[in-house]
Amino acid sequence: MTKTFSLLLASTVLAGTAAWGATTTITIESWRNDDLTVWQQKIIPAFEKTHPDIKVVFAPSAPTEYNAALNSKLDAGTAGDLITCRPFDASLALFKKGQLADLSDLPELKNFSDVAKAAWQTDDGKHTFCMPMASVIHGFIYNADAFTKLGITPPKTQDEFFADLEKIKKDGSYVPLAMGTHDQWEAATMGYENIGPDYWKGEEGRKAIIAGSEKLTDPQWVEPFKVLAKWAPYMGDGFQAQTYPDSQNMFTLGRAAIYPAGSWEISGFEKQADFKMGAFPPPLPKAGDTCYISDQPDHAMGLNAASKHKEAAMVFLNWVGTADFATLYGNALPGFFPLIDKPVKIEDPLANEMLSWRQSCKPTMRYTYQILSRGTPNLENALWAASANVINGTQTPEAAAAELQKDLASWYKPQQ
Amino acid sequence: MAERRPVRWHIGVFLAPAVAVYTAVMIFPLFATLDLSLYRVVDKATHFVGLGNFATLFGDPHWSEHFWNALKNNTWFFLINMAVQNPIGIGLAALLSSPRLRFAAAYRTAIFVPTILSFVIVGFVWKLILSPLWGIAPDLLKAVGLRHFFAPWLGDPHYALTTIALISVWQFIGIPMMLIYAALLSIPDEVIEAAEMDGITGISQFWKIKLPLILPSIGIVSILTFVGNFNAFDLIYVAQGALAGPDYSTDILGTFLYRTFFGFQLQLGDPNMGATIATVMFAIILAGVCLYLFGIQRRLRRYQF
Repeated sequence: MTKTFSLLLASTVLAGTAAWGATTTITIESWRNDDLTVWQQKIIPAFEKTHPDIKVVFAPSAPTEYNAALNSKLDAGTAGDLITCRPFDASLALFKKGQLADLSDLPELKNFSDVAKAAWQTDDGKHTFCMPMASVIHGFIYNADAFTKLGITPPKTQDEFFADLEKIKKDGSYVPLAMGTHDQWEAATMGYENIGPDYWKGEEGRKAIIAGSEKLTDPQWVEPFKVLAKWAPYMGDGFQAQTYPDSQNMFTLGRAAIYPAGSWEISGFEKQADFKMGAFPPPLPKAGDTCYISDQPDHAMGLNAASKHKEAAMVFLNWVGTADFATLYGNALPGFFPLIDKPVKIEDPLANEMLSWRQSCKPTMRYTYQILSRGTPNLENALWAASANVINGTQTPEAAAAELQKDLASWYKPQQ
Repeated sequence: MAERRPVRWHIGVFLAPAVAVYTAVMIFPLFATLDLSLYRVVDKATHFVGLGNFATLFGDPHWSEHFWNALKNNTWFFLINMAVQNPIGIGLAALLSSPRLRFAAAYRTAIFVPTILSFVIVGFVWKLILSPLWGIAPDLLKAVGLRHFFAPWLGDPHYALTTIALISVWQFIGIPMMLIYAALLSIPDEVIEAAEMDGITGISQFWKIKLPLILPSIGIVSILTFVGNFNAFDLIYVAQGALAGPDYSTDILGTFLYRTFFGFQLQLGDPNMGATIATVMFAIILAGVCLYLFGIQRRLRRYQF
């Protein structure tokens, strides 16, 4: 931590002196401190090779501190030139305050689909303020060695999924599902919002909730809770107190067979696990149904409206919108998938497997993220608690859904 | 002709640094918080709403439900601390002050050490000890044939809060022990000798002679426990996260304030409602302390030696 900090300090000092020369130095604000070396060794050198007159400094802070730190830096006028954008409301608030520049006229934005841009647009879609960079895809990662040993194949339907779980449980050498409910968010993010889109038909259901034409108590929204409740017998002993790092370790140590996942786990898992891994999308309710995946926009890049080096920053931002950058970034950070509408070749086999679902399935995103978590009580937080309760068996699927609906309707007009 | 007393400048001069620092870091923020709770931001404009935020906190079922839940949990947290930590602390102090006990200094240090550990360490260590996957608690229970008693306590809405409260007791047992130990040591030998002359020894000596003499210290310990518990936040944040799960069963006023003030995940922070909760916490603690000061402390009999 201190080391990163002194590095940061050093780079800021350097940035200050470099500005006197012919080169311009631009600074990127980000919460992706895990990716610092990737930026320093792969991405920035690739850019500086073609743009010798611009120096780029990647200055990340800790993910949990990022929003607060960025807000105070922007208010004080000390923020970097380029801002890594969180999806939806956090960045929208910055745009409304005039701290993020309007990028709607950038030609590179045409490289992105409307769904990809939705996370960084005003509600009416008229203004875009960040260049989409990456998304994460949800699904299940499995221990391929265990599957071979037990003679099971990746399930296509929910029935096959539970048949596989039953087989793994009977055999007894692996915990069937590596997930706990202690930290709550996995139950919602890797549970409910992972398998749910197959039931509420992805974007169709998500938009219907926003429009108010469907309710969270409708069968397609309650059914995923019912499926989730059936996971409990297949989770590890004492899963109620199992934390997120516990589940990660349990899986990478080879103690569990299936891990309800987000693609961001890929690089970590590949470093830790010494067995072969595969991935399958959320199993379908019935064979032959259309499949939907949660392809969640995760980060983008915007321009600090108060930047002193706007021209140089725009050069970098335009580069971020190209297929070259997408290929470089997607391969440097497997599991963070480019959002660009052009073919991008990803080398990592596990990441490639998950990316291929975009062809066979319809993408959507976590339904709580856009608009619906703006009020009090907060829908995202409520969903965490509800999903964990359903798995713990302390709340029935119907009661959980009814409570979420009540919470949402209490402040969201279209649902009243 | 009466001589005018000289103005005693030195009093002001000596007080000034402390008053200035205390005002800047304590009194001013306190009043700023009280002030903040009287406003509400609507469409980027700040409006004065008087006690409107308090009306929301107590009147709007979505707020009041969380508030009463947090207050109820906080009270339980305090009761467990009072009922377990302080009697055990007094008992340990009584044992430690026994002249026949060997290695008293070693015990005293060992029991006091957790108090100076950081909350983060305590939270993580206990989470690991109680982990159903890697923890030593299930194995230890197995060794004595009680494995079936083990449950994922931190993940069970019925037990999580009590478990956390007991962890807090483990951490802070050293404080009542030390304060009461000091009080016990300050009882003059003459009093004890006089008691012995009258034939009061052993346990009855503790109940009849020592306990009444250390009551003021017990009062101080109780009020410290009260203030500390109603301000608690760290241990629950570390062990259970800001959502204080499972199902808000470990949510206390501190975690409720944190989520409201700073926001959490997709929930944006609301400084005004946060300040409202902070003000209510202040009022609760103030009321508790006043009750103690005027209701109990004045009636305690003190003995001068």
